[in-house]
Amino acid sequence: MASPILQVENLVKRYGDVEAVRGVSFAVEEGEVFGLLGPNGAGKTTTVEILEGLRTPDGGHVSVCGLDPQQNPEALKHEIGAALQSTSLPDKLRVMEALRLFASFYKRRRNPEELLDRFGLKEKRGAFYGQLSGGQKQRLALAMALVNDPKVVFFDEPTAGLDPQVRREIYDIIEELKGGKKTIVMTTHYIEEAERLCDRVAIIDHGKVIALGSPRELKARSGGATRIEVRLSKPESNGTLKTLEGVVDAREVDGIYVIHSKRPPQTIVSMVKHLEAQGNELVGLEIATPSLEDVFIEMTGRRLRD
Amino acid sequence: MKNFAALTRMRIQLTLRNKMFLFFSVIMPFGFFFLYAGVFAKGIPFVVRYFLGPVIALTVMGSFWGLSAALVMFREQGILRRFHVTPVTPGDMLASSIVANFVLTLPTVLIEFLFARTIFHVTHFGNLVSAFLLIAIGTMSFASMGLVVASVTNTMQETQVINQLIWLPLIFLSGATVPLATLPLVVKRVGLFLPATYLVTGLQSAIFSSFAPWSLDVLLALCSLALWAFLTFFLSAQLFRWEPESKIPRRAKLLAASTAIPFLLLGIWENRTNRTIAQAQAMYDSLNAPSKPAASSGKTP
Repeated sequence: MASPILQVENLVKRYGDVEAVRGVSFAVEEGEVFGLLGPNGAGKTTTVEILEGLRTPDGGHVSVCGLDPQQNPEALKHEIGAALQSTSLPDKLRVMEALRLFASFYKRRRNPEELLDRFGLKEKRGAFYGQLSGGQKQRLALAMALVNDPKVVFFDEPTAGLDPQVRREIYDIIEELKGGKKTIVMTTHYIEEAERLCDRVAIIDHGKVIALGSPRELKARSGGATRIEVRLSKPESNGTLKTLEGVVDAREVDGIYVIHSKRPPQTIVSMVKHLEAQGNELVGLEIATPSLEDVFIEMTGRRLRD
Repeated sequence: MKNFAALTRMRIQLTLRNKMFLFFSVIMPFGFFFLYAGVFAKGIPFVVRYFLGPVIALTVMGSFWGLSAALVMFREQGILRRFHVTPVTPGDMLASSIVANFVLTLPTVLIEFLFARTIFHVTHFGNLVSAFLLIAIGTMSFASMGLVVASVTNTMQETQVINQLIWLPLIFLSGATVPLATLPLVVKRVGLFLPATYLVTGLQSAIFSSFAPWSLDVLLALCSLALWAFLTFFLSAQLFRWEPESKIPRRAKLLAASTAIPFLLLGIWENRTNRTIAQAQAMYDSLNAPSKPAASSGKTP
């Protein structure tokens, strides 16, 4: 097998006393869609920005397309494309002008007209950047990441802050790119996004990779149990809930009891009986199919969502 | 080179679309022009010619204002970091600011000459080669100073405060607003440490006294401004920051202050020789003796 197109070994980055990235390692194969999934502040953006050559690492080794971002920033920038988080364009720059301007910086270029078409921005070609909606701005950011027909594309939180409908539009665009054999590295804190788009996911928490694999593998690791979330009128000891029928794991997360069960119906029936006997009451109940959220809860005892 | 040209075009386009530009680069300079030519010079062609130096100096110097603000805004809004992931270099970014600013300032200056000719009937503009060289180097040097301001400030507010602090002495102590000759001696002495003083007096020497580029007054102004432009541009490239949250190195403000050294040395020398003060006085005096317009007493030490 060819060597990975992107490699990260023992990456460390500090901001003053805070260690934002603490020994992250992973490798991405050509054509793969690789996701860094984790809560805000986990170190995803810092990792990606080191790969893009925007930040200097404090330790470890990084290689993108066989290049070290610190040693060969110029050469690297011709090979990568990026849709950054918290970035902007001048308000008075028109959509088509932005694409043309950024295309002009590169040796290899894609036809801006074609990109406008593909990202559904044709009617907006003459519009000022400042007049675009959030979704249109994000579509332009993705289009701009592709102007140089890059080998590796970085999407940092591509759908953060967008409403669900626009988010799905962006998913469709990224899924389309998957067919184009591009290597995509994306960060996200949305489970749905990682599960739907990524071939492999590294779950990151507090600057460390805590799990790595395809979404299917990761979910299988958590036993494929169904998650039952219950709110009770009175506190309950975790130990008792663990002994209920079919339960593989039970814990309290932010005042809610999260139970993983192999046989949900039996678990619920036995739980209701148990609660009645204890004089406790069921205030809320939610059942979720296994997701990467379960992997995260299992590893950290916390939820991934904000 | 290609990236620099593309960025310059973008900067010119964006500036022309900006309403603030209309105010600072069109309304304000022409406001000054008509105030000086119409009110101070009372429309007398000979006196208008005397005031052309200060008016043009104000137009030339004013450019640093918008330039520093634009660069800081670009950084604050995360626009610069988008360019950082492309092959664009800090040199491309900074040089495009300087050149775009030059291209945008030049027409205003030309229109000021044109107005002086058509509206105020000034028939002779002295040595235009000297004037053009001073305008070109002056625009670039003050723009470079704007880049240094942008490199040692983090927010627009901070930039505006520093700009004000720089702008006020530059215009009031240099002869750009009140003729240098009429200022109290102590103010004149302070003025000799400011780059603006040499731009104003140099331009007046060129336009009013028809001094050639190789005359000491013009040459000294050209050389000191060029050296200063080089220092400030080099420093702004060293201190350039793409990221809004990246910190200003501690030595940055000290380095920024050190770009004043050429004018500190020149000021000491000028304070001992009184050369520029004498030249400014001679030009001012000749306003009251219209038969001898091109005073050259400034050449004697």
